[in-house]
Amino acid sequence: MKLGRRTFLKVAGATGTAALASLPGPARATGRVPVAGEDETSVLVDTTLCVGCRGCEAACAEANKLPDPPGDDKAFAARRTTGPDCFTVVNRTEKPDGTARFVKRQCMHCVEPACASACPVRALDKQATGPVAYDGSKCMGCRYCMVACPFSVPKYQYAKALPLVRKCTFCAGRQAEGKLPACTGVCPSGALTYGTRGKLVEEARRRVYGNPDRYTQHIYGEHEAGGTNWMYITDVSFEKLGFEVAVNDNSYPKLVKGALGVPPVVMTLWPPLLMGLWAFSHRNGKGNGNGNGGHHG
Amino acid sequence: MDNVATASDRSSSWVQERILLGMTFREYLKSLWTPFNVVCAAILAVGLPVLVYRFAAGLGATTNLSQTQPWGLWIGFDMMTGIALAAGGFTIGATVEIFGLDEYHPIERPAILTGFLGYMLAVIGLIADLGKPWNMIGIFSNNGTQSVLFEVAWCVACYTTVLALEFSVPFFEWLGWERFYRPLKKALLGLTVLSVMFSTMHQSALGSLFIIAPGKLHPLWYSSQIFLFFFISAVIAGICMVVVESTISHKIFSEQFEGRHVDVEKLTLGLAKAGAVVMFAYFFLKLQGVVDNHALGFIGVGFYGKWWLVEMLGFVLLPSMMFAWGARNHHVNVVRVAAILGVLGIVLNRLTVSLIAWNYNQAIRYWPSWMEIAVSLALVVAGVLAFRWIVNRMPVLRPMKGHAGEH
Repeated sequence: MKLGRRTFLKVAGATGTAALASLPGPARATGRVPVAGEDETSVLVDTTLCVGCRGCEAACAEANKLPDPPGDDKAFAARRTTGPDCFTVVNRTEKPDGTARFVKRQCMHCVEPACASACPVRALDKQATGPVAYDGSKCMGCRYCMVACPFSVPKYQYAKALPLVRKCTFCAGRQAEGKLPACTGVCPSGALTYGTRGKLVEEARRRVYGNPDRYTQHIYGEHEAGGTNWMYITDVSFEKLGFEVAVNDNSYPKLVKGALGVPPVVMTLWPPLLMGLWAFSHRNGKGNGNGNGGHHG
Repeated sequence: MDNVATASDRSSSWVQERILLGMTFREYLKSLWTPFNVVCAAILAVGLPVLVYRFAAGLGATTNLSQTQPWGLWIGFDMMTGIALAAGGFTIGATVEIFGLDEYHPIERPAILTGFLGYMLAVIGLIADLGKPWNMIGIFSNNGTQSVLFEVAWCVACYTTVLALEFSVPFFEWLGWERFYRPLKKALLGLTVLSVMFSTMHQSALGSLFIIAPGKLHPLWYSSQIFLFFFISAVIAGICMVVVESTISHKIFSEQFEGRHVDVEKLTLGLAKAGAVVMFAYFFLKLQGVVDNHALGFIGVGFYGKWWLVEMLGFVLLPSMMFAWGARNHHVNVVRVAAILGVLGIVLNRLTVSLIAWNYNQAIRYWPSWMEIAVSLALVVAGVLAFRWIVNRMPVLRPMKGHAGEH
């Protein structure tokens, strides 16, 4: 095949342009280095200590300017979920002997959050101190975070004309001022322990494995979704408490690492490959340096 | 004074010839009064006001979306299905420009036009679905590089631009602006390379969107290799759509082929060969994906197990065989039926992944509201009408009048 000067320039030009396009990295699949969870602020929930006073619900509503939670204990009649105007709920279940067990639910604040990794505009972002925070001014409302979250935590204001994603913020603002998260600050029974994740994992293990007769031998959140900043221990089954027991033990953002490795390969290999195919299919003098791929008006 | 009069005469005759198809304005309006147009107008008359109402009243008032079902018909159909069905643009573009199969050239421009319109409509559907669409601009500045949606957004934006540039060749030719369309025509090879590159990435990435939600998509469809399935099925969609569309175009716009011999049957049989091979490979790849996901036991069991069989046997394996048989025995009509099955199969697949097999373990199922359906339907109708309007005027199916010698 006679590779004319213009043909060569065309092949080289198209290849080079595409290679350049892959450089600045808009679609490059590099991830942020996952934050080591050990120094992040976390909460350990010991459901055997929770008395179901729902003071945390009231404190949360006050701190986040949300409507008041239901006042009487009818709230326990059915299992509730969080909503756009309700960032935490306490649900009730019973042990086989009839003893009541309560569990507070809210955003789990994953060490490597699926929602934040799914957010294409980084409205949801993991803070180095622990909370998965949300900036509504960046959010375009694609709701991919809701698709991605294995705990189905993010909720959307469908009723509003300018809707936002809503979920527990771990009181990131209060924490930055050195205060406790609202819920943790009011808990009277010691069910919520606030601290760094490393210390709390140790504490949870001490309680659970030191008292095998008293606790279910599992710390929910130690490994779930690659580790969460809210962790739970209990003496009933986690399924009974309403936990998502099918959640993977590995990090969710890592699930897409392979798929996100495709673009760099395509961007570097496709243009030269396609131009090679073009040169090959036009080798019989059809293209011959000045053809434009055989396009006739 | 005379000059002015002549100029305005000339421009009005240009409008009459190029826009009104050589009729006077009154004749043109009269020619629009057909049953097909009345039905289309009725659908638009419902759908377009609903689209406006959605922005006035919000998503809650118009859609059946919920806290457990964040994505509905506008994503599942307009985006997922629309983009797949618009894959003919890059498939045929590559066939002609890169592989040099010049005999497919007569169907290249209609395929690119279909692609361009498909993407425009998908983007409109997406804008309707987004809570605050103007913040889309953040895609370009906030570096959400860990998100598959980031990749989809970038590629769709880039590829829609490429399609617009590709389509601008017949557009400028229609306007008679040689200065613009000649260089663009020369750039067509480069544009085609870019179109294949961007399409490979975002057609596959639309599937990758679901990789992050293993617990929510039924194991028969969930796969960490779903991006491969989405890409290959997009190529199938492209081939099948081109067969269907060239058949319809040839029937409806037959006068445009006058005096030119375009052997659509031969092209259709050629596409059938390609379709048979790709679909056959796709069938076994999908089966392999199920095995890889340890989900073999689900096949044939319960609603989803049967649904999988319907999709894979009825809309992949069957049309694949029909393509092969039709191509071998020169039965063009068998090929055409197979192509329709193939298109339906892709529609089924995209709707299944994003809606039907999605949230399979939730008690409350999503069903689109009439307003969601009205908007989606109106967008499809708008696309068909735009295609017809353009094809009747611009050199898409036929060369421009007076440029015939250039062929």
